[in-house]
Amino acid sequence: MSYLPPSAGSGRGFFDEARYPGIFGWILSTDHKRIGLLYFWCIVTFFCVGAVLGLLLRLELWAPGRTIMDAQTYNATFTLHGVIMIFLFIIPGIPAAFGNLIMPIQLGARDVAFPRLNLFSWYLYISGAALAVTSLFTGGGPPDTGWTFYVPFSAQTTTNVSLAAVAVFLLGFSSILTGLNFVTTIHRLRAEGMTWMRIPLFTWSLYATAWIQILATPVIGITVALLFAERIIGTGLFDPAQGGDPIMFQHLFWIYSHPAVYIMILPGMGVISDIVPVFARKPAFGYKAIVVSSIAIAFAGSLVWAHHMYTSGMSDIAVMVFSFLTFIVAIPSAIKVFNWLATMYQGSILLDPPLLYALSFILLFTIGGLTGLVLGAAATDIHVHDTYFVVGHFHFVMFGGTGMAFFAAMHYWLPKIYGRMYDKTVATVAWGVIIVGFLILYLSMKIVGMMGMPRRYWDYVPEFTGLNQLATVGSWILAIGLVLMFVNLIRGILKGEPADPNPWGGATLEWQVPSPPPTENFETDPVVTHGPYDFKKAGIL
Amino acid sequence: MTQDHAHIVPYRTFIIVWIALLILTAITVAAAQVNLGALNVWVALGIATLKSGLVVAIFMHMKYESPLFKIALLSALAILAIFIGMTLLDVLYRS
Amino acid sequence: MSGHEHKDYTGAKFGMWLFLFTEVLLFGGLFILYSVYLARYPKEFISAGKQLNVWFGGGNTLVLLTSSLFVAISITALRRGSTRLCLGLLGGTVACAAIFMVNKYFEWSAKIGHGIYPGSTHLKELPPGEMVFFNIYYLTTGLHGIHVVIGAIVLVWTMVFIKTGRVHAGDWVILENAGLYWHLVDLIWIFIFPLYYLILH
Repeated sequence: MSYLPPSAGSGRGFFDEARYPGIFGWILSTDHKRIGLLYFWCIVTFFCVGAVLGLLLRLELWAPGRTIMDAQTYNATFTLHGVIMIFLFIIPGIPAAFGNLIMPIQLGARDVAFPRLNLFSWYLYISGAALAVTSLFTGGGPPDTGWTFYVPFSAQTTTNVSLAAVAVFLLGFSSILTGLNFVTTIHRLRAEGMTWMRIPLFTWSLYATAWIQILATPVIGITVALLFAERIIGTGLFDPAQGGDPIMFQHLFWIYSHPAVYIMILPGMGVISDIVPVFARKPAFGYKAIVVSSIAIAFAGSLVWAHHMYTSGMSDIAVMVFSFLTFIVAIPSAIKVFNWLATMYQGSILLDPPLLYALSFILLFTIGGLTGLVLGAAATDIHVHDTYFVVGHFHFVMFGGTGMAFFAAMHYWLPKIYGRMYDKTVATVAWGVIIVGFLILYLSMKIVGMMGMPRRYWDYVPEFTGLNQLATVGSWILAIGLVLMFVNLIRGILKGEPADPNPWGGATLEWQVPSPPPTENFETDPVVTHGPYDFKKAGIL
Repeated sequence: MTQDHAHIVPYRTFIIVWIALLILTAITVAAAQVNLGALNVWVALGIATLKSGLVVAIFMHMKYESPLFKIALLSALAILAIFIGMTLLDVLYRS
Repeated sequence: MSGHEHKDYTGAKFGMWLFLFTEVLLFGGLFILYSVYLARYPKEFISAGKQLNVWFGGGNTLVLLTSSLFVAISITALRRGSTRLCLGLLGGTVACAAIFMVNKYFEWSAKIGHGIYPGSTHLKELPPGEMVFFNIYYLTTGLHGIHVVIGAIVLVWTMVFIKTGRVHAGDWVILENAGLYWHLVDLIWIFIFPLYYLILH
């Protein structure tokens, strides 16, 4: 059933219905769609800033020795690249932008459970971001510790780690409140007939993610608070001279930061789970298995954090236990990959841009995941720990995974939000360029890492030069593809052809409302009578 | 359940729980004077768990809430227990 | 779509409980550190623990337990129409919070007067396990103290809402949520008290 009013397509939906004039209609709005767009554009901006920093790093690594910056600047640059990409792009990324934009509509709700809290979350995000940027210019300069802020260096360096710690605390609080809001929304605001087993897989992924946000994020909060205390008032909980243990910082840090990577990937997997059935014109294979695997990943992901610490000096028993558990967490992820492939098997495939990005997600995430097993096995990890193999691995899963899912989500849902379609041919070309550049850049890293090149080093031995230059060239190709993709999307938003309310033939509720949706999302409260991928009952097939 | 129809806890119940909490506090102070070696910490934690159980169940109304609330609370506590336990796997077995 | 506000009482309470879980995990990080260092320095935790004053600690325990009683009863009072009793009890809770903080002030002043505080030269002359004990003591009770103040502010705010009629016998979820937050502050102390003040063997 569709909820299109008679005047569908002639208005601009929620864009025309601001409560306050001008910019206040945006920064004082409690409409989940406006908040979602506030997040979206900030997130995209920070992605571009982070990408530029990445390009600068690759320029420096063009040749051994100094190329464009000194070692201190290099350390600050990779720290900032990591902090921005992780805390300002990937962790909030899909949940804060697309979760806010789409999830309430998928549930048949008018908004999230706590709309004002939602706006407050965005203010926390923007304050944390502002402080992180401020740390560039104040105190002893931008932090140079790497985004992991390990003691003892982070407790002693004169760079502005303290301000960065406060920024991370605020960003964590933002994430926590979003998670709390989403869990409550999904429990309490589902439309009539929307049973748990009829919830779209994207929303299920947000549910699992939100639990991790609630339960894991406070631990990074206390960790950065303790780092702040160590620096400012001289508590010595991580300082051996005061009886402390530096490895305890690593434990506390990774108790959050490992589940954090599941905060990053689960929503991405949710996007893929929604896109694949639509573009294969077939219901999702193994809907229940995908739901259970999402919860399983969330839970199992909290048991494996010390696989980042095999070489830290912790006990052999811990090394073995964490290594064993890490293998287990691969299983639910593999289940999802098989289910996506089985969904496409004998489906009627539409090779539109959303599916192209979804397919590259599946390929690149699988490659990244397999290299994760090399890292998860303690014996092989000893050889590749802190090398470019690790850098290659996490770029495959975070960029090739979540990044591609974010791009997929843009190509899938922006026509719904803005009511305009982008040029699909240009989008396809941009995708191709991105994939080529991506593979050249990050496969080179994996190889040079296996050969022994350490990460976070400003310099390297001459025999690594060839692969480094290849990687840098890959980064330029990737950058060109990204520019093409964003320019095409922005042009589509501004000047594209008006989009059909359901251009892809989806059966979930967001495709049954106008594009752009009205502020209240639905004219009347929806009543759900079928599953999210039941194309026949939805009248699409 | 609407607000109006939610269960009202009588004054008496709260006062009885409060007295129980005071007694348990006295017990935990007394137990700490006895040398039980390694067991002291576990006795203290056990009594603290009892006290907090009373606060959660009666003062915080958990006894009258739906199973969802109870499962959520137990999950959060289980996760914390896992964090503590697995960290000790490292610290207790260093050579 | 009708414009009437649908208040979701269960949802509001559930959201508050979720927030409480985050507070439990926040302090949880400090409890992780405590358990690790207790395992590593059993003797020094005892010798340092004996230097804490069980009267201050026990007294504060009784104060917080009583404050929890007051705030719990205040909800029943409001729902039975005894608004004045409710406000009196909430005032009593805030008074307990003040007593707690005054106790804490005296307790900390005494320790600081003896040169025992994070970063002090005297602290650095103690055995490592005792240094750790006092550092984590100050951090944990300090963070808890901040939450006592926040809780008191939340309760005062709630009292204002009751006075202005926004919170009343028909719609009292704000009071209930404020109470939940206050009970959490009490709960954390229920664990802090034995772990820091009753480690004698």
